[in-house]
Amino acid sequence: MNLYAKNLKNPPFKKRIEPFLYLLPFTIGVAIFTLYPIVNVFILSFKENYRHLTGKYSGFGFANYRSILKDPYFIQAIQITFKYVLIVIPFAVALSLMIANLLNQKTKLSGLFQTMYFLPLITSVTAVGLTWKYMFNYRSGIINFILNLFGLNSVNWLQDPNANFWALCIYGIWSMMPFTIILLLSGLQNIDPRYYTAAKVDGASSLRIFFRITVPLLSPTIWLVVIINTISAFKVFNELFPLFAGPGIGHNLYTLVYYIYHQFRGLTPPKYGRAAAAAIILFGLILIFTRIQFLIQRWNREIHGEKSK
Amino acid sequence: MKPFKLSTVLLYLFLILGALIMIFPFYWMITGSFKTADGINAFPPNLIPTEITLKNYRFALETAPFARYFLNSVIAAVASVSICTLTTILAAFAFSRLRFVGRVRIFGMLLAMMMVPFEMVVITNYRTIVQMGIHNKLIALIIPFSSSIFYTYILKNFFDSIPESLYQAARVDGCSNWRYLWRVMVPIAKPSLYTIVLLNTIASWNSFMWPMLATNSKNVRTLPFGLYTFVTEGGARNEIMMAASTIVVLPMIILFLVTRKNIVNGVARGGLKG
Repeated sequence: MNLYAKNLKNPPFKKRIEPFLYLLPFTIGVAIFTLYPIVNVFILSFKENYRHLTGKYSGFGFANYRSILKDPYFIQAIQITFKYVLIVIPFAVALSLMIANLLNQKTKLSGLFQTMYFLPLITSVTAVGLTWKYMFNYRSGIINFILNLFGLNSVNWLQDPNANFWALCIYGIWSMMPFTIILLLSGLQNIDPRYYTAAKVDGASSLRIFFRITVPLLSPTIWLVVIINTISAFKVFNELFPLFAGPGIGHNLYTLVYYIYHQFRGLTPPKYGRAAAAAIILFGLILIFTRIQFLIQRWNREIHGEKSK
Repeated sequence: MKPFKLSTVLLYLFLILGALIMIFPFYWMITGSFKTADGINAFPPNLIPTEITLKNYRFALETAPFARYFLNSVIAAVASVSICTLTTILAAFAFSRLRFVGRVRIFGMLLAMMMVPFEMVVITNYRTIVQMGIHNKLIALIIPFSSSIFYTYILKNFFDSIPESLYQAARVDGCSNWRYLWRVMVPIAKPSLYTIVLLNTIASWNSFMWPMLATNSKNVRTLPFGLYTFVTEGGARNEIMMAASTIVVLPMIILFLVTRKNIVNGVARGGLKG
């Protein structure tokens, strides 16, 4: 340790630049494709009357923000995105919690179950989305067939503007579950088994054990998956292409990220300033949620700290 | 033998039903890819194909350059994952073991940058690759992913868990940083690295948004975007669509079956970069 400390105090030039040589390749990539774009998008969002071919602009201000906040498509995008988040997250987390809890009770075949539950993790949105499109098919889709079995009418999942949002949600819940189950399962495995033994000795019912022991002790993990999933649900975009080949019927599934994409790629001339402003708003939403996660974590730690005293 | 309890039976029934729902789209995709046009549009649907054909695969492979897409996907994945792994190892080592001015502050800034959504930086990155003149070239799918803050963060955490005393002992013995990294740290971190490589490969193979922005000609498309254009431009029929989708998904299914434990552990520890 002494030798090391001595070296640190007066290192030769070669020693001093060595760390930066290790960091150089990493830094080049981060500087060009992460740091520069963050700064650039931020500045771009304030440039008024920006012309992307000449790079000219009239000045700095909030014109882009004002213009998108007045754009009915943007308002709609925000609404659809929030609606999607509010429906998908509770269902995905509640279902995942039930399944994780069952998977945690040492069943035989747990390897097989894991393989089946976690397979959707590794699959391409495009390929699986197209399969769901085929399953949602109005005439020959298996989902309508199952509805008919239960005496329900077929739903035009993909072409009916009242139904396609629900198709998007069903797909969203299905694709979110594997990841959520894994995180909840690893949280469950960290719960001290003595709590369960004690509860069983006291003769508590399994429902009571679930709500009085599992849920409270798991709450940090539950919050974590709620936040991570909310952030990823805010960015719903890729699914729109395989399922609906775009933002739905008459743009009724125009999500926030689709709006960003459309502003700089779908319009001629592209509106980079508006795309940037919308992206900054998305980033703001994510920051807020990350902040909430941080506060909840701290709050949780304080409660636990008091308990252990 | 213990008698079966009703609750155990219900538990298994529920788990089996859930598992079948999770896995059903894959079953439906693969069986659909072997069905005939009549078979796939039959209503009520046939759970097991009545007539098996390979024509759908032949048709898909003949109409669209799926072999080319496949090769592009492999090139993009192998190149971006190898380069990224290398830059990640070097940077994680520097952040974990080397001392330099501003180390903690720089690392904190990087963590803050991790919160920035890819969907935001994409606006500028698209223009950057156009200006660099690599738009619509395969290299545009590789260099933006040459370094990753997320994987560096994961590996740095693992490196931190290796005892510092080991490093000091090696330094006293006159071992250079370079030699120590490759002879001691990397071998110890092998399981962690393996997981990072797997997660990165999956992410690269499945990426859709960036290839859609960065490529537009057929000979540089990768599988997911190639599949999408094949379906939308050609108006592909269901059975052909399922055959093409199977081509895209099958390599990852095999990878998952072989490396499930690593992938699941990696996701449980660090989460999947979505």
